[in-house]
Amino acid sequence: MTAVDDRPEAQSAEIGKARRRKEDQRLITGRTKWTDNIHLTGMLHLAMVRSPLAHATITNIATDGARSASGVMAVFVGADIADIQGLNITAWPVTADQKSPDHLPMVLEHVAHAGEIVAVVVARTAAEARDAAELVDVDYDELPAVLDLKEAATDAVLAHPSLGTNKSAFWQLDSKEGGTGEDVDEAIAKAREDGIVIEREYRQQRLIPAFMEPRSTVVDPTGEQVTMWSSTQVPHILRFCIAATTGLPESKIRVIAPDVGGGFGGKLQTTPEEFVTLAVARKLGRPCKYTETRSETMVSGHHGRDQWQKLTLSAEKDGTVTGLKVELLADLGAYAAIVGGGVPVLGAWMYNSIYKFPAYRFNTTNLYTNKTWVDAYRGAGRPEATFAIERIMDELAAEVGVDPLTIREQNWITHEEFPFTSVAGMTYDSGNYEAATAKAKELFGYDELRAEQQERRDSNDPVQLGIGVSTFTEMCGLAPSRVLGSLNYGAGGWESASIRMLATGTVEVITGTSPHGQGHETAWSQIVADRLGVPFENVEVLHGDTQIAPKGMDTYGSRSLVVGGEALVLAADKVIEKARPIAAHLLEANIDDLEFASGSFSVKGTDKGIKLTDIALATFAGHNLPDGVEPTLDADATFDPVNFSFPHGTHLCAMEVDTETGATKMRKYVCVDDIGVIINPLIVEGQVHGGLVQGIAQALWEGAEYDEQGTLVSGSFVDYTLPTAADTISFITDHTTSPATSNSLGTKGVGEAGTIASTPAVVNAIVDALRPLGINDITMPCTPERVWTAIQSAGSNQSEPTPTEVQPHFEEGSGNQDDPGTATQGAGQ
Amino acid sequence: MTRITVTVDGTSYSDEVEPRMLLVHYLREAVGKTGTVIGCDTSNCGACTVHLDGRSVKSCNVLAVQADGHEVTTIEGIAVNGELHPMQKAFHECHALQCGYCTPGMILQAIDVLNENPHPSEEEIRVGLEGNLCRCTGYHNIVKAVQQVAGQDSPVEQPEGATAGVQS
Ligand code: FES
Ligand code: FES
Repeated sequence: MTAVDDRPEAQSAEIGKARRRKEDQRLITGRTKWTDNIHLTGMLHLAMVRSPLAHATITNIATDGARSASGVMAVFVGADIADIQGLNITAWPVTADQKSPDHLPMVLEHVAHAGEIVAVVVARTAAEARDAAELVDVDYDELPAVLDLKEAATDAVLAHPSLGTNKSAFWQLDSKEGGTGEDVDEAIAKAREDGIVIEREYRQQRLIPAFMEPRSTVVDPTGEQVTMWSSTQVPHILRFCIAATTGLPESKIRVIAPDVGGGFGGKLQTTPEEFVTLAVARKLGRPCKYTETRSETMVSGHHGRDQWQKLTLSAEKDGTVTGLKVELLADLGAYAAIVGGGVPVLGAWMYNSIYKFPAYRFNTTNLYTNKTWVDAYRGAGRPEATFAIERIMDELAAEVGVDPLTIREQNWITHEEFPFTSVAGMTYDSGNYEAATAKAKELFGYDELRAEQQERRDSNDPVQLGIGVSTFTEMCGLAPSRVLGSLNYGAGGWESASIRMLATGTVEVITGTSPHGQGHETAWSQIVADRLGVPFENVEVLHGDTQIAPKGMDTYGSRSLVVGGEALVLAADKVIEKARPIAAHLLEANIDDLEFASGSFSVKGTDKGIKLTDIALATFAGHNLPDGVEPTLDADATFDPVNFSFPHGTHLCAMEVDTETGATKMRKYVCVDDIGVIINPLIVEGQVHGGLVQGIAQALWEGAEYDEQGTLVSGSFVDYTLPTAADTISFITDHTTSPATSNSLGTKGVGEAGTIASTPAVVNAIVDALRPLGINDITMPCTPERVWTAIQSAGSNQSEPTPTEVQPHFEEGSGNQDDPGTATQGAGQ
Repeated sequence: MTRITVTVDGTSYSDEVEPRMLLVHYLREAVGKTGTVIGCDTSNCGACTVHLDGRSVKSCNVLAVQADGHEVTTIEGIAVNGELHPMQKAFHECHALQCGYCTPGMILQAIDVLNENPHPSEEEIRVGLEGNLCRCTGYHNIVKAVQQVAGQDSPVEQPEGATAGVQS
């Protein structure tokens, strides 16, 4: 290790400080550079013609009317750009035999979901382009569409008739086969004899990421490099995919992500719109812009979640879990998106969560339907897993008749047991579930709220109180490249950073991450300021432009700090080591006598010293350097993590449920997250708040709904009900800290934590309020209507009973098939 | 085409516009006020919020011709002589923005909420901001920022600049 590692405590002046963000100034004054703000001389505007049908063959496209409309330069159909349009590829074929239909940016004949681009109109203004797009006349032969996920599994109707099946892939993780645990079938069989078996099926509804800035792309083809500005999380991946599929050499492409207005996974895609805009700009040799309307975002930008989850949990009579079996049906929509089939697979390591399960099996069957494609949305696979396990642990607690926290404590990994290798084969490096839970209970007033709950039950209060628990963990810091390779992922998971020591004393930091609201400019400045001992204000963080930051894997999966932050540290250490011989030379000292602290080299035992920034100036001048030393301090570093990181936390939610109307109201929400060392508590708190509301929204409000024709009926902000300020409350957030051991900063990642944890906390709370009525599930989103319906049919089971034919491994008449209304009395008392 | 004369952030503009042109398009495309942004096509998100004669409106819900003879204030016009508006300062101080896309509209709406009711409860703030969507912040810190401004009679005393290193 280098000498900088034992610098005195006082040098960590920046890390941990609630710095206000550098990014804010331009954002609060409106001097922003959103892609749609870019205007280039001679720029043309695109309007897409989209299929209104979910599944069809195009028989004819009449473009004459549009071509002759005012201001229209050109109209293109798929065949016109087929030579250069490229392909929207998937980076993660989860199995060698995965079926992945070609996803053409503009379809040629076959339309596989409503909203696919069938033609594009190019005009002088956006308004003219849109007007003319109305004049394009497309004839379709409608094909039967498969829209329901379970129906898709039967192959009765095919989303892509040419594939012969809707099944994309089947993927399994089995603890017995993998040597990480026992045989789950045996565990379940044994529990059926003399233990507890809980079997549940949960629905992860389809969600829409709904970043606030609609996607926009500007392409300027007039230079030696074609420049694309795009509202994307992944400029580097986008450049790679363009080069890999359009015939443009990578060296001829520059991609810039300017100010990007949110992503949440929704902008980690390489989109048909980007590829069509590029193709049109190249065909016409003119700069082109395409900015979508919100309605287009909803139908064309990828969606998230959409799974059926079938769980079988076996336990001893005292509630000690002996096995867990998971079977998923995952809807990929019409195409395998960039992560695509990998999203459900990412959940595989998380169903066992923080628990010591001896036996485990995870199966997912990934299916195509004639709906919008599905990919990563905040959490990507891990919220689904966390929801299901945290829901079923509550069911186990109810079955055993103990408090939900008791059943968790009985099964979780104790803090002495770290590092712990899970039944899914992941090694959790650090954590302290006891500490986080104790703190959360105290902040929440757990015992008082339980007492109030009992009072309301005893008095038959029409407004019942429910308490929801979620003790989650997640795997972040995507990802060790070797692991990705073993999973058949198409790229690595490293991150890169460069540091340029400028002659006049300021520092440029280049990062391969691509922030879109996360505050990297601020947090990265804090890390580098500490490491190099330079003022926070003197650090400039540059990103999101392949010409400035040529190497990067971009921002998603709570990876930027954990992986990209470590690259910064490595680059900073290289700068210091490059400066060391120059410092020794200038100080006329022995290199071994030098210490680096607070931005200066000093000679041990003397008062002689020189600042790093002065060495930068001396190096710039180059007049007096030691022989053979390269005249630069600048350094690049690339970091490939050896492990994931495992943030965790305890979330507690109190919900009031009006049993007369079905209305629910959040009373209190407390979360204590352990995300390792915190660089900037202000930014962390913001990430948690935003994450919480997205997870709560899945529990209570959001859902992408299709009609029987395959039209997205929740296709605007009128019908897709994002939470507003009036729907939400203020939260109580706190932290415990067990530093990650997989990186030198000790960070774990926070971007997804709130979203992953909050959904089950809310639903558990609602179910907890209603459990005495015999209710053990409400399908999400738990709208007042669904809650009310469940209450009306209480005693007769769930609001939407699960049909038995889709539950083949549920054995009729086994112990757990009792009416849960009688089996689960006394939950949470 | 119709001729309109509109004052935007203190400057008078006279333009020929299509009668169907929305005020938000006029601001962005004709006047160059790209600080005002568009987040939806159904008047739900509030990203386009500006002040029309001192009251907040969703500029996607107003025709440019309706602004004829009126005064529009956008996010680019609320700082006075380089001094940020107290609401801008509070958004920065309270970390009430992440991606910042909703921020211009949110700030203008928040100013309007306090103009109407200088000392609102948390509930009143939340209801007052109901027409403005934010996907990043969960609203927690936005509410806090508005409360911070409401709690002070005179403009907030905050250290200058966005990166001045204020600690909590
Ligand atoms: S752009 Fe959404 S309300 Fe105006
Ligand atoms: S800060 Fe991103 S939408 Fe509000």
